[in-house]
Amino acid sequence: MEVLKVENITKSYSGKQAVRGVSFTIKEGAIFGLLGPNGAGKTSIIRIITTITAADEGSVYFCGNPLNERHPEQIGYLPEERGLYKKMKVGEHLLYLARLKGLSKSEAKEALDYWMKRFEIADWWKKKVEELSKGMQQKIQFISTVIHKPKLLILDEPFSGLDPINTNLIKSEIRRLRDEGTTIIFSTHRMEQVEEICEEIALISNGKKILSGHVDEIKERFKENNFEVEMDSTDSLDISGFGNIISQDGKRFIFHLAEGKNSSDLLLHILNQGRQVKSFREILPTLNEVFIKQVKIDNPELAAANEA
Amino acid sequence: MNKLWLIIQREYLTRVTKKSFIIATLITPLAMGVFFVLVAYIMSYEGSEELNIAVIDNAGVLRDKAFGDDNTTFYTTIKSPLDEAKELVKEGNYDGILVIPAIAKMEVRKYTSYYYSDASLGLDKRMDIQSKLKKHYRNYKIQELALDKKKMESVDVEIDFQPEPLDEDGVKESSMAAYVKAAIGGGLAFVMYMAVFIYGMMVMRSVSEEKTSRIVEVMISTVKPFQLMLGKIIGVGAVGLTQVTIWGILLPVITFIASFFIDPSASQPGASDMAAAGIDQQDIMYQFTQAMENLGDQNWLFIAPLFLIFFLGGYFLYASMFAAVGSAVGEDTGESQSLTIPITIPIVIAFYIMFVAIRAPQSALAVWASIFPLFSPIVMPARLAFDPPFWQVGLSIVLLIATVIFFVWLSGRIYRVGILMYGKKATFKELFKWVFYKA
Repeated sequence: MEVLKVENITKSYSGKQAVRGVSFTIKEGAIFGLLGPNGAGKTSIIRIITTITAADEGSVYFCGNPLNERHPEQIGYLPEERGLYKKMKVGEHLLYLARLKGLSKSEAKEALDYWMKRFEIADWWKKKVEELSKGMQQKIQFISTVIHKPKLLILDEPFSGLDPINTNLIKSEIRRLRDEGTTIIFSTHRMEQVEEICEEIALISNGKKILSGHVDEIKERFKENNFEVEMDSTDSLDISGFGNIISQDGKRFIFHLAEGKNSSDLLLHILNQGRQVKSFREILPTLNEVFIKQVKIDNPELAAANEA
Repeated sequence: MNKLWLIIQREYLTRVTKKSFIIATLITPLAMGVFFVLVAYIMSYEGSEELNIAVIDNAGVLRDKAFGDDNTTFYTTIKSPLDEAKELVKEGNYDGILVIPAIAKMEVRKYTSYYYSDASLGLDKRMDIQSKLKKHYRNYKIQELALDKKKMESVDVEIDFQPEPLDEDGVKESSMAAYVKAAIGGGLAFVMYMAVFIYGMMVMRSVSEEKTSRIVEVMISTVKPFQLMLGKIIGVGAVGLTQVTIWGILLPVITFIASFFIDPSASQPGASDMAAAGIDQQDIMYQFTQAMENLGDQNWLFIAPLFLIFFLGGYFLYASMFAAVGSAVGEDTGESQSLTIPITIPIVIAFYIMFVAIRAPQSALAVWASIFPLFSPIVMPARLAFDPPFWQVGLSIVLLIATVIFFVWLSGRIYRVGILMYGKKATFKELFKWVFYKA
């Protein structure tokens, strides 16, 4: 089932187009990466999905129905710019946010007990938010986002400001929620996290979707037919007829396989030379490389500025 | 609706349960009570140093009667000539010599007396001596000129002004009524003025705090910005009503208690002065009780609910404007100042018009200002005690409600854009543009 379907949405603020005809669909239980450089329009898209703003054109469907103002109760949104009421007590604060999400008082209390136990912070109930460290506040913030068991969870840079321990905690919680059926939109510009977590991605640049699909499929699409082989010695390698060697680092050789050639044949060719191969693998581009490359194509000025 | 109620609850409860709120609510009237007692004490403070004054009565105005001692000043009439008296002062027998020169002419109004001393006389003492001398001269002249004392006193008339209704069974007002009504009007208008500022600013600060702490983004993914703004305005308004009500109850109680601490005989600066000026202590008490009676006689069933309407109207009107400003500015307080000043101008103007309204409640300025919605929340309460015509009150309320709805809507439009807008310098031009942004 499609939890979210975004169709050709546009949005402009005082003449400036922030979103220009973006479409994507997200299946139930998927972790969807919404990627893009700063200012690409990610937050604008998220604000449309969370009904904070409305799209100028296009439509959004939530579980098959046009998005309406009851839907935010089924969405959990952790904004990039987030905060809490500093003077409130942790328990009261979470209770308040949970009840705004439509939980009854007893439901909210129950959910709160569960999460505070889970995060081992049950004794924080009476502490004021301002007494907590930044990392502790992030935990509270996360609980407030998921306390009402949202169908769709939108996390905008959820790991910014978290220490490694808490990052792992939140990561495992995200996976657990996904396994329980929660659909997750993960918005970030940190690519290594995307590769680790996401299955599907959409790359946004300049308000447009310039790339989308499954992570493995995208890597496949953007691979450059490069291979790495580790040999038994630093002696030079002859691959004439198959391609050309790009670089050599000790016993490691990186080469480009020419169009129409087969990697298995090449491996045989090397083995036939009577040498030992310690490892042989195809080099797939990292998402980061794809990302930078695509954004540069889309943004020639930006690329020029970066190189200068 | 349910969410709005949750927001109102939070806004109200977090403020009312704060220690600083409880302290301010209870301590303020207490501090004012202490202040009044202190002021009364200071005002009634008389120089405590004792003075012994020798009086040389060359004119004979005293007719061998005592000059009139009081608590700290003692007069002794002496027959010695001035030179000898001066010696007595130098020896320390007296602090000074009051010389009443012989009267050369009876038909003049101005006489001079002399006071010989190296220590100067305090202002209070000097006025006290002058008024006593005046009384002695007067009595002396009445006798010397063979005037009839009764007839003489009847010349100094006093006029009491008594309003009467045209019909016999109309409401009869006491002469004090106008003053009492002006006091009520001024008091209510002052409460309005303070409330609009205090609670309006509270809304503004709270909105910009939510913006800078970035909680607002979390909030509006759940509730509509308008709900959030309205909830805050209503919540803080309820805090205001709570505080004003508590003060309204505590202040009279504390004033009542404080009045016991003020010694009535010493309370007025020189009760003797007033006696000298022909003002009777009993008269003051009578006027006071009459004023109190008048206060009770006012049509509170008419004034109180209407005041509540104007209180709420005025509060909503200005609080929504303050909320809009709060949403537009972030940490920069200088920016908020330049935006709040235009809002405060009508409040301050209304406050000054209020002074006209309590002196001339039916004047054109007072009438029209009490109908104009930006002024009416302050000017109309000032007129309420003067029985304004129904059509004026009605028109004023209708216009006020319409204006409140308009401004709450307008502020909501600005607010929803403002709370998500960072790094843009907020000017009125910018705010105006936000009104027309699409959601």
